[in-house]
Amino acid sequence: MSVAELEQPLLDVRNLRQYFDIKGGVLGRTVNHVKAVDGVDFQIYEGETVSIVGESGCGKSTTGRAILRLDDPTSGEIHFNGRDLAGLSKRQMRDVRKDLQVIFQDPFASLNPRQTVGRIIEEGMSILNSVPKEKRKERTIELLEQVGLNADVVDRYPHEFSGGQRQRIGIARTLAINPKLIVCDEAVSALDVSVQAQVLNLLKRLQREYNLTYLFISHDLGVVRHISDRIIVMYLGKIVEVADKKTLFENPKHPYTKALLSAIPEPTRKKQKERIVLQGDVPSPISPPSGCRFHTRCPLAQESCKVKEPELRRGEDGQLYACDVV
Amino acid sequence: MTEQEKILDVKDLKTYFYVDDEEIPAVDGVDFSINKGETLGIVGESGCGKSITSLSVMQLVPNPPGKIVGGEINFKGENLLQKTEDELRKIRGNEISMIFQEPMTSLNPVYTVGEQIAEAIRIHQKKGRKEAFKQAVKMLELVGIPSPEERAKQEPHQLSGGMRQRVVIAMALACNPELLIADEPTTALDVTIQAQILDLLKELQKEFNSAIMFITHDLGVVADTCDKVVVMYAGKVVEHTDVDSLFESPKHPYTRGLLNSIPRIDEDQEELEAIDGNVPSPTNRPKGCAFAPRCPFAQEICHEKTPDLEEVDQVKARCWIYTDQWQGENPIEEGGEVANVGS
Repeated sequence: MSVAELEQPLLDVRNLRQYFDIKGGVLGRTVNHVKAVDGVDFQIYEGETVSIVGESGCGKSTTGRAILRLDDPTSGEIHFNGRDLAGLSKRQMRDVRKDLQVIFQDPFASLNPRQTVGRIIEEGMSILNSVPKEKRKERTIELLEQVGLNADVVDRYPHEFSGGQRQRIGIARTLAINPKLIVCDEAVSALDVSVQAQVLNLLKRLQREYNLTYLFISHDLGVVRHISDRIIVMYLGKIVEVADKKTLFENPKHPYTKALLSAIPEPTRKKQKERIVLQGDVPSPISPPSGCRFHTRCPLAQESCKVKEPELRRGEDGQLYACDVV
Repeated sequence: MTEQEKILDVKDLKTYFYVDDEEIPAVDGVDFSINKGETLGIVGESGCGKSITSLSVMQLVPNPPGKIVGGEINFKGENLLQKTEDELRKIRGNEISMIFQEPMTSLNPVYTVGEQIAEAIRIHQKKGRKEAFKQAVKMLELVGIPSPEERAKQEPHQLSGGMRQRVVIAMALACNPELLIADEPTTALDVTIQAQILDLLKELQKEFNSAIMFITHDLGVVADTCDKVVVMYAGKVVEHTDVDSLFESPKHPYTRGLLNSIPRIDEDQEELEAIDGNVPSPTNRPKGCAFAPRCPFAQEICHEKTPDLEEVDQVKARCWIYTDQWQGENPIEEGGEVANVGS
C-alpha cells in the first residue's frame, strides 16, 4: 500500500479483548460478560491520525482505554514502540505514559478545579521529571501560547474558562510531557461547532509541529473525515472496516459503513442522498448475535451470515472489511 | 405567508433570569412565526437562548429565577401570556406538546409506558381508562414500536434509547397537537437511530398536519427536516430565513461562520474556517451587535449600536451590512466569500 507498511508501527494492537464481568446472585459470582471489545487488530504508524468510529456501545472508547491501560485488557497484545503494554506492571506503565497520553471528552471533569492552570500543566513535567525545575514555568507559558491562550492565565482556575478554553488547557497539559501518541476520546464532542472548529484546527497544527500521532475516537463522521488519515469502523466490539479516509467516504464497502454514512444528515441542500435507514437497535453486547454481528440489521443479510463470522478481507482499494456478501 | 395560516406568532419575547441581583437576558426580544403544518428550526450554540425560547412558549420556565418580562406569544390568535394556569393546562399536552432531548428523564420510571401515554389521553380527551389504554397501544404502533401490546405493559427502563424517544413522541402526539415543540429530540441518539426518528417525525407530521418547532444545534438535522429556520445568537434572532436560503446564501456573518465551521463528510477541507473567540456570557454581553467581537467584518457601528432584524432578499437578518449605515461594499455577497457554502 504505502511506505507506512514497511515501517514498524508505533502502535500494534493484536487480538485485543476486553470483557467486563456482570456479577449476580447472592454470592456476587460472575454470571456473564459484556464483550465490549472482542478481538480487535490494528496498527498505527508514526505521524498519522487513525480514527475509530461507531455508535455507542461499539467498543471504541473501551479500545482506547485498554490501550492506555486504564482498564486491564482481558487478552491480546498492545505493542507500543516495540513493547507489549498488556504485560506491564503499574510501575512499568508509568514509564510508558510519558509517550502515551489522552485527551478526554469532558473538559469540565478532566481538570482539577482546585489547581491553577499553571499547576495543572506543570504537574506532568514534575512527575516525570521531563523538564528541569527552573525551566518548567517557561515551558508552561510556551505551551499556553502554543494552544492559543494568554500567558497570564497560569494563575487562574479551570472554572473561569469556557469549554473550548478548558479543552485547550487539557491539550497543553498533554503536550507538556512530549508524548508520541495521543488518544483523543471524543475530544471535541462536547464543544459547540464554532469552537470545535478552532480546536480541530489546533490539533492539526500541533500534529505538524510536534510530529504527533493521534488515535481519534469519535462518533462524528464529519470530524473524523476532517482529521483522519485512516479510519476504523467498529460495530459491537468488532472491526467491520478499515480504510484510508478517501476510500472510506467515497467507496465504503461494508453495509454497516454505508448505512452509517448515509444516516448522517448533511448541512447542505445540494443533494439529499438516498438514506439507508437501519431497522432496530444495536443488539446487546452481553449476547451478541451469532455469525456476523450486524446480520440482525443488515439489509443484505443472508442465511449464511447468521452462522459464519466473516473475517477481515482486503478489498480492491486496499481497505479491509468484514463481510462475506459484498 | 397569510395571517390566518399562522399558528404561532411570537413577538418581542423577553425571558430574563434573576440570579443574585443580576439580570440575565436569556431571551432578549425574539420574533418569529410558524405556519400550519410547517417545520421551523431554531438553531444556535449553547447559551443562545433557543431552549429558553421553547420553554417560554409553553410557559415552563422555572419562576423564580426566570420570568417572561415582555412580548406576546400568540397561539391561534390568542396571547398565551394572558391565559390563566388552568387554561394553559388545557393547552399543554393537548394543543401544544413537547418532546425533550433525554427521553429517560421525561418518562416516569415507575409507570408502564402504556399508562403514561393513556394518562395524557384521559386528561385531555375525557376517555375511560380502557379506551385510553387501547388508544395508547395504537399510538405505539403508529410510532413504529414492534409488538405494541406487550411494549405498552413495560416500564421505560426496559426499552432502548431510540424506543423511549418513540414512546415520548407517541405521548406528545396522542392528543393530535397543532404545534409540537421538539427540543433536541435526536441529540442523545446514535446517528442510525436519529435517522429513524427524523423519518418518523416527518411521516407523522404529514399524517397529523402538525406544525413543528424544532430546536437543534445540528445544521444537518435542519437541512433534513425544516422548512424555515431561525438562527439565534446571544438571546436574539440574527437570521430568520427559509432552509434553501440558509444554505445557499446565508445573510448574517454568524450564520455563515457556523456553516463554515462544520467539518463535512462530503468534502475534504485542509483547515476549517472557525469563528474566533467564544460565545459571550449572558451576564456580560458586548455593547452593540453581540456578535461584533467575533465577526470578521465588524465596523465601528457594530460595536456601538444593535442592528434591527430587517428584511433582506425576502428573508430577515439582523446585521448592519444590509443597512445604509454600512461603510463600503457588502463583504458577504462577494462570491468568494461564501465559498464552501451551498454550491
